Amino acid sequence: MTTVTKSKKSVAVNPLKQSPPLGAALAFLGLKGIVPLFHGSQGCTAFAKVLLVRHFREAIPLATTAMTEVSTILGGEDNIEQAILTLVEKAQPDLIGLLTTGLTETRGDDMNGILKSIRQRHPELDSLPIIFVSTPDYKGALQDGFAAAVQSIVSTDYGTPVETFQFNSLPQVTILAGSQLSPGDVEEIKEIVETFGLKPLMIPDLSGSVDGHLDDDYNSKTPGGTSLEQLQQLDRSLFTIAIGESMRPAAEILQQRFGTEYEVIPRLAGLAPVDSFIWQLAQIIDAQTDPRFLGSPQIPARYKRQRRQLQDAILDTHFYLGGKKISLALEPDLLYQTIWLLKDMGAEIQAAVTTTKSPLLKELAIDNVTIGDLEDLEDLAVGSDLIITNSQGKGLADKLNIPLYRMGYPIYDRLGNGSRCLVGYRGTMQFLFDLGNIFIELGH
Amino acid sequence: MTKPKIADLLNEPGCEHNHKKEKGKNKACTQQAKPGAAQGGCAFDGASIALVPITDAAHLVHGPIACAGNSWGSRGSLSSGATTYKMGFTTDISENDIVFGGEKRLYKAIAQVIKRYHPPAVFVYSTCVTALIGDDLDAVCEAATKKFATPIIPVNSPGFVGSKNLGNRLAGESLLDYVVGTAEPEYTTPYDINLIGEYNIAGELWGVLPLFEKVGIRVLSKITGDATFEEIRYAHRAKLNVMICSKALINMGRKMEERYGIPYIEESFYGVEDMNRCLRNIAQKIGDEALKQRVETVIAEEIAKLDIALAPYRARLKDKKMVLYTGGVKSWSVMSAAQDLGMKVVATSTKKSTEEDKAKIKKLLGKDGIQLAKGNAQEILRVIKKTQADMLVAGGRNQYTALKARIPFLDINQERHNPYAGYVGLIEMAKEFDRALHSPIWQQVRQPAPWETEESQELEVLKDTPSDIRSQKLEARS
Repeated sequence: MTTVTKSKKSVAVNPLKQSPPLGAALAFLGLKGIVPLFHGSQGCTAFAKVLLVRHFREAIPLATTAMTEVSTILGGEDNIEQAILTLVEKAQPDLIGLLTTGLTETRGDDMNGILKSIRQRHPELDSLPIIFVSTPDYKGALQDGFAAAVQSIVSTDYGTPVETFQFNSLPQVTILAGSQLSPGDVEEIKEIVETFGLKPLMIPDLSGSVDGHLDDDYNSKTPGGTSLEQLQQLDRSLFTIAIGESMRPAAEILQQRFGTEYEVIPRLAGLAPVDSFIWQLAQIIDAQTDPRFLGSPQIPARYKRQRRQLQDAILDTHFYLGGKKISLALEPDLLYQTIWLLKDMGAEIQAAVTTTKSPLLKELAIDNVTIGDLEDLEDLAVGSDLIITNSQGKGLADKLNIPLYRMGYPIYDRLGNGSRCLVGYRGTMQFLFDLGNIFIELGH
Repeated sequence: MTKPKIADLLNEPGCEHNHKKEKGKNKACTQQAKPGAAQGGCAFDGASIALVPITDAAHLVHGPIACAGNSWGSRGSLSSGATTYKMGFTTDISENDIVFGGEKRLYKAIAQVIKRYHPPAVFVYSTCVTALIGDDLDAVCEAATKKFATPIIPVNSPGFVGSKNLGNRLAGESLLDYVVGTAEPEYTTPYDINLIGEYNIAGELWGVLPLFEKVGIRVLSKITGDATFEEIRYAHRAKLNVMICSKALINMGRKMEERYGIPYIEESFYGVEDMNRCLRNIAQKIGDEALKQRVETVIAEEIAKLDIALAPYRARLKDKKMVLYTGGVKSWSVMSAAQDLGMKVVATSTKKSTEEDKAKIKKLLGKDGIQLAKGNAQEILRVIKKTQADMLVAGGRNQYTALKARIPFLDINQERHNPYAGYVGLIEMAKEFDRALHSPIWQQVRQPAPWETEESQELEVLKDTPSDIRSQKLEARS
C-alpha cells in the first residue's frame, strides 16, 4: 500500500500539471467535426492551443467565448451565444464541445440555464449537439478534465441514427481511451480490436485527428475521430472496455444508460496486462459464437507471434533495466502503467510524483507518491539512473545529470508524438528498447 | 488596476492608433475580442511576454493552474546568464482559496520562493480568478517587500482586461512604477541608450549588440531581452530610448520622456535599410561628429561584407513571392528585409498596424500589393492562391495553415528559432528563405499517389460500368 503525500507548499515550482480544461479539450479533439469551445478569457484558449500545437505539431481548432471583465460580471450568456453562432457560420461543426474555465466557474454562470435559453432562441441549432462539461481550472489536472469530458460525451443524447439496415455488421465494442493514451496508442488498440473481427467505437479517437496526417483541405474543425453517426450508435455496443482507471465513471454511465457491461483495464503495457486485454476480446467473440461450436477462443496468429517477440524483448532488455533506479513524474493513470511495467522488469522506483488524486495511487509498487511539482521531483530524484516525465523535466534532468525519457504532456522537443505507440505487445517492446538503448548509450 | 488607468493606457497618446481623426478611432487598441472568432492571447500573456525575459527575477503567477501550468517555460527569450526566468512559479490556487481569498497563500508563496531561490526581485502577476475574487495584490506585494527586503512587484494584468498588447503596456506600467529609477548605474557615458521592446527571441539581441559596441554606443538597459533586474532599475540614466517593436511598450518611452526627459525614437533591426537608419538615427540624437563617422564606417564595412555573403542567396531568391502575415511593425520591417534580398512581398497584413505603419506599407508594397485588413487561415490561403505566392511568412500560429496546404513557411514571431536582427540576421534570414523555398520536399508532399491521379480516378468511376461500355469509353478517351 502506497502512502500519498500532498505537497505542503503554497507555491508550485515548475508545475507538472496542466489544467482540466486543456484535458477536456484534448478529449473533445478525438471526435470528428468538433470545435472545443472554452468559456473563459481568450488567454485560456490561447495557452491550451499553443501547448497542444507544440506537442502534436498540428493545427488545433480551439475557440473561445472571449470573456472580458465586464461580460464576466454581467454573465456570459451573450458571449456563449455569439461564439456558438460564429462557429456554426465559420466552421459548420458537427459537434461543439463546450467547457468552462476557472474564470467562469468562479463567477458561477448557470450553464444549463444558458444553453436552454440559447436553444429556445435558436431552433436552427436543434440538430447540433453541444457537449457540455464543467472544468474549473482550480480543481484537478489534465487527466480529470479529460475524464470529465469523456463522461459528458457518453451522457449526451445524440438523437436517433438514420436507420440503415446492415447485413453482417460486425459486433461493436466501446473502448474508453483514457488520457494516458497517445494517438499512436489508440491506433494500435483499434487495430487489435479490429483484428478480432470486432468494430471498436473509440471514445475518444485521437488517432483520426491529431495523429499527424496530411489532408486535402484546410480544417477549421477536427478532420477525423469518432463521428456523430458513431456516437448515435453508442447503445449498440456489446461491451465496454475502459482503458485507465479514470475511465471507470464513464463506463458506469454507459452501464446505467444502456445496460452495457464493462471491464476496466488499468494499464495496457507489459506482458500480463496485454494478455488480459487480448483474452477479454477473445471472450467477447466467444460469447457471440454459437455454443454448439464451443472450443477454446481463437487468438489471431499475429498476436501469438507478437507475444513471443515481447517475451524475447523482455529477455534482451532485462540486463539493462534490472536494478536501475528510476524516478517518475506523470499523471496517475500513466504513472501506474509505467511504474508497474518497470517493476515487472526488475527496475527500482526511486521516486514518484503525480498531479492529482486517483484510487490507483494507493496501489503503486512503491512506499510513497507525492502529489506535487517538478521541484519535488528534483529533490527526490537525486541519484537516480533515469527520469521519466514530460519535456519540462529537461532542466532538472540536466541539472542532476540524469538522462530523461519523455512521456506525458507536453513533449516539445521530440518529433512523432502523434504516432508514437507504447501500449500493446509492440508498444511495450518499443518502450523497453527505448529505455534499454538509453542505458547502452551511457555504457551502463 | 483601476478602470481609469486602463482607459489611459488604451488611449496612450504615444500610440499612432490614437491619432486617427475619423470615427471609430482607437480601433486597434480598444477593439474587443470576438467570441468564437478570436484567436489571440490575453493581457496576462502580454505582460508575461514583456517581463519574463528579465532573466534573474522570479515570475510568480497568482491564479489557478491554467495560467502558468499551460504556459511556463515556453517563451523563446534567451539568456546569457541567469536562468531563474525559465522556471514556472504559481500559487496554483484551489477552491478553498477562492472561497476564503488567496492573499495568505500568495504571501507564503512569495516567502517560499525567496527562501529557496533568492531572486533579486519577484514579479507577481494577477490573473482573472484572483482579480475577480478581489485579492489585493498591491497590498500583499507591499507587505512582502518590507518583510523580505526584496522588491516584490505587482503586475495587475488579469487576462480578461484585454489583449496581449494591453498586457505589454500594463507590464510597462509596473516597470515604471516599481523598477525604473530605483538604483544608479556605476557610471554613465554620453552614449548610453536603452533598448525597449526587444526580447532577445532566439538570441537576436546578440546579433546587434556587437554593432553598438563597435561604434561606441553603450546599451545601458535592455528592456527586457536578456536583462538583469538591476539594469532596468537604472534605465532612467540613459540619454535615449530606442523602441524596438515600437508599439508594445510605447507608454514606457513616452512616460520616461515626461519623467526623466529622455527622448525616444522608434526603430527596427530587420533588413539593411532599417539597421542603417537605426544606427544613424541614434548617432544623430546623441552623437558627436566622431560617432557619426564611426557609424558610417561600420555601415560601409557591414554592407560590403553583407553583399559578398548575400550574393548567392540573392540570385536564388530573386523575384520569389511571399505573403507576409504578422502584426504591427513587423508588417513593414520584415518587408524591407525581404526586398533587400530581392524578394517580392505580394500581400501583407495591416490588422494591427497604425496609420504610420500603413503609410510605410503602402510605399513598400507598391500599387499591386494586397493589404490584408483581417485574416483567418482561409483568407490567407485564398490570397496565396490568388497571388501565386511561393511562401508564407507569419507567426507560429499560422505555421500549420501553410504546411498543411503544402506551402513553404517561415516563422517570424515569438516562437521562431533563428535570429533575424541586424546585418548577420539578414544572412540568417536569407539562408532560411532559401532552405524553405528550395527544399526537395515540396514536390513529394504535393505528388498525388498513383491511384489519385486524374486517370486512375476516371478508371475508378468506370469501375461499375459494364465491361463493353467501359472499353468503349476507354478507347474513346485514348
